[in-house]
Amino acid sequence: MAESVPAKYTFDPAENQVLLHLVGDWSYSTGIPPISALLNDINSAKVTAVTFNTEKLQTWDSGLMIFLIELIDNCKQNNIQVDKTNLPQGVSRLLNLAYAVPERKGARRTVLGQPVLTKIGNVTIEMHRSWNDMLNFVGDLCKGTYNLIRGRARLRIADLFYQIEAAGPSALMIITLISTLVGMILAFVGAVQLRLFGAEIFIANLVGLGMAREMGAIMTAIIMAGRSGSAYAAQIGTMQVNEEIDALNTMGISPIEFLVLPRLLALCITMPLLCIYSIFMGIFGGAVVSAGLFDISFYQYYLQIQDFVELKHFIIGILKAAVFGVLVATAGCFRGLQCGRSASAVGFAATSAVVTSLVLIIVADAVITVICQVLGV
Amino acid sequence: MSQALHLQVKNMTMAYADTIIQQNLEFSVKRSEIFIIMGGSGCGKSTLLRHLIGLMQPASGEVVIDDINIWDSSVEERTRTISRSGVLYQSGALFSSMTLGENIALPLSEYTSLASALIEKIVSYKLSLVGLAGFEDYYPSEISGGMRKRAGLARAMALDPDILFIDEPSAGLDPISAKLLDRLILELRDSQGTTIVMVTHELESIFSVGDSSIFLDTDEKTMIASGPPKQLLKESSDPRVLNFLTRSV
Repeated sequence: MAESVPAKYTFDPAENQVLLHLVGDWSYSTGIPPISALLNDINSAKVTAVTFNTEKLQTWDSGLMIFLIELIDNCKQNNIQVDKTNLPQGVSRLLNLAYAVPERKGARRTVLGQPVLTKIGNVTIEMHRSWNDMLNFVGDLCKGTYNLIRGRARLRIADLFYQIEAAGPSALMIITLISTLVGMILAFVGAVQLRLFGAEIFIANLVGLGMAREMGAIMTAIIMAGRSGSAYAAQIGTMQVNEEIDALNTMGISPIEFLVLPRLLALCITMPLLCIYSIFMGIFGGAVVSAGLFDISFYQYYLQIQDFVELKHFIIGILKAAVFGVLVATAGCFRGLQCGRSASAVGFAATSAVVTSLVLIIVADAVITVICQVLGV
Repeated sequence: MSQALHLQVKNMTMAYADTIIQQNLEFSVKRSEIFIIMGGSGCGKSTLLRHLIGLMQPASGEVVIDDINIWDSSVEERTRTISRSGVLYQSGALFSSMTLGENIALPLSEYTSLASALIEKIVSYKLSLVGLAGFEDYYPSEISGGMRKRAGLARAMALDPDILFIDEPSAGLDPISAKLLDRLILELRDSQGTTIVMVTHELESIFSVGDSSIFLDTDEKTMIASGPPKQLLKESSDPRVLNFLTRSV
């Protein structure tokens, strides 16, 4: 390919014309000459017309086109005629195409940084709207549940079983790992302190009470928020993108009954079961640490737990798990249904489902703890 | 880059695992030609396109672009060859998290070392070519399907490709938008000399823009006709081709 030669231009002073010689390769990959000097010359010399000579023009691409468009735009502003007859045919056709559809008025947006107050206002309005959506959703959910109790909800049993399987048995491995480790950590941290008083045997109380009342339910809920809550948001969000939710609505099938209820029920059923499993795995983890590091035999540990950790602690933990299950499923499905119609919206829905679940779980835990305190259980 | 044949397919077989989709495919596309791949639904037109743009490897046979056998060359050479082509996907495939301007600027900033001011100018020029001047700051979700398709065309042309692959340009468009898109494609070919390979079953497009074509059949699992569409209509004796081209059942 020949060396690219910059454009040369000469004035024809008699008629106030500029004859622009375009020479060489005009490709943006090999570089096009800057146009500002040319525009200055044209504008200051009071020319009335621009013509071209393209005899020595070799190859050209979009680089030439943007050069010409800038030139023509400038000439239009200054009432200078541009004679396109000598341009190669392809170039003039493309120019015609580029100017065929004028810019639609108001299409261009001025993207300005918003003032802080405007931003705060917009966020507040958005929060208000989101809150309204949430209330509507909860209302629909209550209606759906009522229909379910009356046995009139459009819920497919096969779906329910599938969701139970996806949420329950498939989560056992990770629950085993996390709960055992949490039990071990509780035991270890507690034992180091208790040993100062020679009271290592109370490790059992600490682990038993901690797992049964708090950690079993919390850890299960956190795992399920990351595992199932985000999956619900992504699934339902993708259905929203594919207009599947609209299809359900037009068939007269409530997405709440068809999509949300099976997931809600599934978590409501599996979470307490997973929580029981998690409590036992945690207690087992504590036992391993106690026996291995602090000379407390499995039997001693077992007796201590049996004496001290009453059934009510287990029941409170399991009830909490059920409540968390409802919250995780609700947050996941709500964010999914709220999802926009793009790929990034699905990602955002999954993220906000997990964040919402975690916030709700902790807040609900605090509320339940206060209630238990007041009731004295 | 002046050889007459731009793209050649030699004795190619396409298959998903053990299921053969099409076999014995043999055709070539001349430079600056509009080449049409036609056939009924499910005959493997889009699969063929995926093979041509290097997304799928043929079970056997060759795909040759610019004298480079893309599956018998190094990964770098293949990437370089394929990046010289533009692809317009069926639904535009614009990146939804980017504005139209950013979508078109992406190949330019990835494959060239142009200054961002220059890229901006090229972006607005490409958008004006497809009739979307001033729409740089819109997100794909904010514009209509036809506009998305034209924006996709602008992105496909961002790097001034030698060859443009188009999958069903008129699918989901109203007849007028479809016709305008056809005219736009024709105009781009005439002014820039771009080779265009197009999958379509829109008769109007086939006859108005097609220079050459092949016809794939589902049952035979191979191409049963090839040549200029108008000539096929006049001379083909195969009832399947004629039924397709005259839209009779």
